[in-house]
Amino acid sequence: MAPRRKRRRRLIGLLAAVVLLAGALIYTTFSASSEAVTPTALLASAQPGQSYQLTGKVEPGYERRGSALHFRVRERDAKAGSPAVPVTYEGTVPDPFRADREVIVTVRKQDDGFVGERDSLITKCPSKFKNENPNQKAS
Amino acid sequence: MLFAGRALLVIALGFALYGVFASLYGAQLRKQAASAMRGRAWIASGRRAMYATFATAVVCFAVLEAAFLRSDFSFELVATHSSTTTPVFYRAAGAWSSQEGSLLLWVMLLSGWSSLILYLTRNRLREVAPYATAVLLGLAAFFCGLLVFLESPFTQLSPAPAEGIGLTPILRHPAMMIHPPMLYSGYTLFTIPFAFAIGALVTRRLGPDWIRTTRPFALAAWLCLGVGVILGARWSYSELGWGGYWAWDGVENAALMPWLTGTAFLHSAMIQERRGMLKVWNVSLILATGILAVLGTFLVRSGILQSIHAFGASTLGVPFLILIVSMLAGSIYLVATRADDLKSENRLDSLISREAAFLLNNLVLVALCFVIFWGTFFPLISEAVTGQTQSVGPPWFGRYVAPLALILVLLSGLGPVMTWRRASWANLRRALAIPAAVGAGTVIVLLAAGVEWKPGALAMFGLGAFVLTVVGEELWRGVRARRAMADESVPTALVMLVARNRRRYGGYIVHAGIAVLFVGIAASSTFRDVRDVRLTPGQSAEVGGALITYTRPTGEIVVARNGGLEKIQLGAEVEVRRGDDVRILRPGRSYFPAGDPSAGAVSRYFAGEATSEIGLDTGVRRDFWTSVAPETDRLDGIAKRGDAVFKQAESLPQGERAALLGETLKRMVGAYRDSAPPATFRTLVSPLVTWIWVGALIVFTGGLLCLWPVPEAARRRVRAGYAARVARELGRA
Repeated sequence: MAPRRKRRRRLIGLLAAVVLLAGALIYTTFSASSEAVTPTALLASAQPGQSYQLTGKVEPGYERRGSALHFRVRERDAKAGSPAVPVTYEGTVPDPFRADREVIVTVRKQDDGFVGERDSLITKCPSKFKNENPNQKAS
Repeated sequence: MLFAGRALLVIALGFALYGVFASLYGAQLRKQAASAMRGRAWIASGRRAMYATFATAVVCFAVLEAAFLRSDFSFELVATHSSTTTPVFYRAAGAWSSQEGSLLLWVMLLSGWSSLILYLTRNRLREVAPYATAVLLGLAAFFCGLLVFLESPFTQLSPAPAEGIGLTPILRHPAMMIHPPMLYSGYTLFTIPFAFAIGALVTRRLGPDWIRTTRPFALAAWLCLGVGVILGARWSYSELGWGGYWAWDGVENAALMPWLTGTAFLHSAMIQERRGMLKVWNVSLILATGILAVLGTFLVRSGILQSIHAFGASTLGVPFLILIVSMLAGSIYLVATRADDLKSENRLDSLISREAAFLLNNLVLVALCFVIFWGTFFPLISEAVTGQTQSVGPPWFGRYVAPLALILVLLSGLGPVMTWRRASWANLRRALAIPAAVGAGTVIVLLAAGVEWKPGALAMFGLGAFVLTVVGEELWRGVRARRAMADESVPTALVMLVARNRRRYGGYIVHAGIAVLFVGIAASSTFRDVRDVRLTPGQSAEVGGALITYTRPTGEIVVARNGGLEKIQLGAEVEVRRGDDVRILRPGRSYFPAGDPSAGAVSRYFAGEATSEIGLDTGVRRDFWTSVAPETDRLDGIAKRGDAVFKQAESLPQGERAALLGETLKRMVGAYRDSAPPATFRTLVSPLVTWIWVGALIVFTGGLLCLWPVPEAARRRVRAGYAARVARELGRA
């Protein structure tokens, strides 16, 4: 076979392998991913058994009972009293976790509430690792 | 000082913009013989503009650092990122814990490294350098522009508060002092080969010269970025209270991606230097690395991805996006229009050659980078395609990264034994027989010793042993050859061998380090044992083959040097017994005071940020790691009652009130120690995790050896390749 044709064949083979692998990657990503949802969307359409990545703010008044942490997640810009998702979570609680902080947690619907996947809780750092303006805080 | 800082930033921006103009104008003038002299003067002036930008950025940074060290709270940045109770060491690091400060650090490092390369190349690469100067100064101008117009580090706070908020407690870790400057050095150093590649493309000077000149900078970038990534992993392991070192977080991935493409470039650049091949690939790789380095900064600063590092809304997203799109479009245009000048001078002679091994290693590294890129950006991709934001977690990354990592470690063992152009099967068999036997033997011994059947991890252990044997054999061959030529002792021969050919043997040491590091990762991620146990003092539990006993609760008020309260630390003393071996660990949780007085006069001392102080028993075979979550319900009750009392006693003189408050806190901490409350412990037994840090240290040593300047005489000898060939032939004979 002429070297040129041989090289072209090799190149086509390599490209086909790359396309196949990329296809597998794309397919598995969609099937392995979990949907990121807001509290309102989750409360409206949660299916039992399916996992969701819930994003929102922690309502004040969370508590630890035994090894489980019970907290409620509300919309980022929600007022007090707006609907919130009750989450029961076991596993690592990140150090910055506290009321009014934004969290991301993978949850599944169970009975009336939601159960957090072990060790899936992430607390977003307060804006840019920046604390509040001391003057505003003091006033 | 605030005004001086702002003025200096504007001056730095002016220098950078002038330098871009001077370099490009000079390059144009130099094309005509009549104006060549003037052109050279303009180019030199552009280069000096870089030095001036650097000098100005250093002064700017010094002004900011001085404000942090002096606790000058009229600087908004200081008031929001430091306090008088923040230890001096962390006050100094406070400058780059902020967005504005870290952007200033970017400008300082970028202009510093750029000044160094422009000084070194002042009499070389005369055609390429002006365009590279323009690119580097363009980047400096971009970052200066951000600091002048969007994120000034010199914003005034009026009236200046008496006390600042303090550095976020989770950043109070020694690694944080070096981690950001290292990462940013990595990012900025990678822009140097990027800029020279652009210069080479513009001027069509696409030979090996620009690669040879910028190679030390690419290597330094790779090294700094690697150190930054490892320090970040170490910080995560010992500070974040979850015991992991890698979470496939968007920002971690952002630093890893340019490191991977940079590693690929360092390998494939050798093929271009030696054989004039892979020119398109090399130039594309370094352009991609430069863009990924800026993308890394963008991911940290824009907040477009959900991440622990995502700092919420930011004003920097759009300008960064414009910069990245411009870099990408410019790079694609230049590579496409220079395709004819980028043709290979040679073809691959054989698939059994060092070139082929390097090529395969490049494909694996780029595939790794693509997988990580895809997983990191999947939330944005899925939102664009399906309208729903979806994301993937660590198991997804593990599924793809683990097999690619295995191939990579295998190749790091195969590369050193393959010769350039064409290796013979017979030689290869001879060189690989012992390492392959050692690798297989390791797996068999481990299985016989009762190690659980985990194919991925076992394969990594086998491959690790294989690579270490290959490197050991290569070193031994060299030593033998030296001893055959000169009467040297083994240690002298070894030192001389490595010293005389640092680039080659430094590379082998890096390979050995990578193998050790991956063995550590495979063992600690596959066989780690995580438990959460709730104990009361005196109670014990069996964890990962050890008996842990919660001996007693601990409590302490930590006072800063100025007498103010820095933090309250509640924790536990834990006895870890493994046979006769008994260790005492003291995990704790630090509570920093909240800046908000409305939290209550007493409660505020428990309502601020809280961080885990881990108890760690490091060992060669395994680490025992533990954190504690003290149950503070009783203290919360006391604090609330204290708040009510202090509210009624607001009329008390300040000094008396402070003394009473101090006494109350002391008694509360004492009550915690005496009341024996239960606590929840997270324990983690991680086998061989120490070898990750040891492996990184070996990689770092090998990298430094490669980077260390070689004396001119020795460089000539190496370039001739004579010594290396003789050593190899004698070794194989």
